Amino acid sequence: MLSIKNLQAKVEEKDIIKGLNLNIKPGEVHAIMGPNGAGKSTLGNVLSGREGYEVTGGSVEFLGKDLLDFEPEERAREGLFLAFQYPVEIPGVSNLEFLKASVDAVREHRGQDPLDSVSFLKLAREKCKAVNLDQNFLKRGVNEGFSGGEKKRNEIMQMMLLEPSLCILDETDSGLDIDALQVVADGVNSQRSVDRSFIVVTHYQRLLDYIVPDYVHVLANGRIVKSGGKELALELEEKGYSWIDEEVV
Amino acid sequence: MTEEINELIKNEYEAGFVTDVESETLPPGLNEDVIRFISSKKNEPEWLLEWRLKAFHVWKEMDEPTWAHVQYPEINFQDVSYYSAPKSMDDRPKSLDEVDPELLKTYEKLGIPLHEQAALAGVAVDVVFDSVSVVTTFREKLKEAGVIFMPISEAVHEHPDLVKKYLGSVVPQKDNYYAALNCAVFSDGSFVYIPKGVRCPMELSTYFRINEQSTGQFERTLIIAEEGSHVSYLEGCTAPMRDENQLHAAVVELVALDNAEIKYSTVQNWYPGDAEGKGGIYNFVTKRGVCHTNAKISWTQVETGSAVTWKYPSCILKGDNSVGEFYSVALTNNFQQADTGTKMIHLGKNTKSTIITKGISAGKSQNAYRGLVRMNPGAEGARNYTQCDSLLIGDKCGAHTFPYIESKHPSAVIEHEATTSKVSDDQLFLCQQRGIDVEKAVSMIVNGFCKEVFKELPMEFAVEAGKLLEVSLEGSVG
Ligand SMILES: Nc1ncnc2c1ncn2[C@@H]1O[C@H](COP(=O)(O)OP(=O)(O)OP(=O)(O)O)[C@@H](O)[C@H]1O
Ligand SMILES: [Mg+2]
Repeated sequence: MLSIKNLQAKVEEKDIIKGLNLNIKPGEVHAIMGPNGAGKSTLGNVLSGREGYEVTGGSVEFLGKDLLDFEPEERAREGLFLAFQYPVEIPGVSNLEFLKASVDAVREHRGQDPLDSVSFLKLAREKCKAVNLDQNFLKRGVNEGFSGGEKKRNEIMQMMLLEPSLCILDETDSGLDIDALQVVADGVNSQRSVDRSFIVVTHYQRLLDYIVPDYVHVLANGRIVKSGGKELALELEEKGYSWIDEEVV
Repeated sequence: MTEEINELIKNEYEAGFVTDVESETLPPGLNEDVIRFISSKKNEPEWLLEWRLKAFHVWKEMDEPTWAHVQYPEINFQDVSYYSAPKSMDDRPKSLDEVDPELLKTYEKLGIPLHEQAALAGVAVDVVFDSVSVVTTFREKLKEAGVIFMPISEAVHEHPDLVKKYLGSVVPQKDNYYAALNCAVFSDGSFVYIPKGVRCPMELSTYFRINEQSTGQFERTLIIAEEGSHVSYLEGCTAPMRDENQLHAAVVELVALDNAEIKYSTVQNWYPGDAEGKGGIYNFVTKRGVCHTNAKISWTQVETGSAVTWKYPSCILKGDNSVGEFYSVALTNNFQQADTGTKMIHLGKNTKSTIITKGISAGKSQNAYRGLVRMNPGAEGARNYTQCDSLLIGDKCGAHTFPYIESKHPSAVIEHEATTSKVSDDQLFLCQQRGIDVEKAVSMIVNGFCKEVFKELPMEFAVEAGKLLEVSLEGSVG
């Protein structure tokens, strides 16, 4: 699915990703944890091709293609999805219109006909329900005035609509109340399949009780410094990150 | 991201072509003889010639205004040609089938299939090609309702009393420099009269088009809504590409008598000039309406074209309880400059006005809102609500707001809100990450920003407006 080799990237002339390796097979769930400022969000931005995030070395293969060759929108259409840590508002553009444009673009890329408005509305309502968002949210501006938790659920709804191959969830659990956490986790779990993989970025072991990962990685100072099974998360919860630093050094 | 947007806004202006229709054009220059020529060409009555000449003398004594937030090379008014008419004018076509096929082709290129449009939308179209109206449809049906909708040059002959009574009654000759010029040399335009109590059975629509090299276009429109009548008038324009700057100085006068309602919608897409700021239309327009008791005038404009726009559709709320509205979208890109807004003059008691404007600036353009709200001493209980929103795309453009508020009545309430926002890289990236390309994303965001104004456009016009905006967004914003 995804193969990252010795990836290096800088932002504003500052090296942030410093030789990162990661392999993800279809169907796997990888959790990435690590201290603030380690480069977790940067990794998501680099993979999705955000402007200003400059790759200075290494390679990324996604579904057999050189991911770094593609424009951000092409990467998205190819099946790479990023749920944002801080979803931005687009006032005036209705969520429904935005989602339709998005789904249409992806479908067109896959050689499918666009959905007619009625079928799309039906589908969107279904997904709203799945993440426990009222249908009113379809009419409102994209993330406009949404609470933190509503924004996160909106991200998961988009993921469900787009049916991507690789989902990067950047702290989708932060700011969620207990019920919402369950909703989001259920949403994610319902999307798990043999040909869909996940990168789940989180600070909290708790999320991983709901979304059980196949692997847990620690990203520190721009690199994966430790990898393990789901028990690694428990260990981190207990001991923090300082022991790893020492181990690495 | 800015780079990408700059790329996008470089696209060519889609309506850029020149139709090859032989036309009769007067050599450049303006003097009494030119005015006499124009007047005699139209077989005008003596009073109108006198009126024009009087305006000419007024104009000669005036100076071009310089207060607007726009800059352009000085216009030499002696370099402008003041009359041009398609050759086919003399034997005017009775139906569309008789229209010069070249003309029809022009409209088709613009995506205005006249036959279809007239038939499908039930719109009566008074097409102004250059200075002379060549086609008028649906006149019969309007006649049944008693509605008069014809070129003003014909109305002068067929309804001289009405024209004489109202021409210049809302925008006096000496009102401003361009209005005075228009009075002296106006070419043609529309005349609308809605009798007492009549609801006009269809939207009245006119497409304007400039087609002659260095020919000024001086439209003159007069709409009279008798007591208790109702009319919706649509004006749309687009112009072919050329290098030379073209002068456009139109005057529109609206008269809404007691309990009448006039809705005037414009989509303006004159040639804006190229990416280097070369060429484009200079658009100096005076639009004003007067509202008598309980009357309502609503201006809606979508301004996407012209190199320079100077335009303030206004309402004089003369009668008690009268209502004025101004809804505006002004989009500028490349080197376009717009200074546009409105004037709401509250004279009567309990008069009400609403101003909603959306300014969008891209490229290196400058976009200014200029609005005056005046509550006169008699305007007891008058109210105004103004909302001016600006949206910036890229970082080389400018948005400016110049609100003028004069309240001479203590009970008058004036509310003013203004916001400025930017299409942010974060927003565009969110769209891209969802598979939506930048061009579509910008168009979606801009459309969303303008929603409040677009919903004021009549249905029949919304499609056309959408298309014109799409062209501008495709070609100008992305
Ligand atoms: N656009 C940017 N401009 C400047 N610095 C940036 C930018 N993006 C990231 N950085 C810097 O890169 C480093 C890594 O940031 P990143 O957001 O990837 O951390 P993170 O691991 O996601 O942290 P957190 O757990 O707090 O979300 C930080 O020092 C951050 O300040
Ligand atoms: Mg982060």
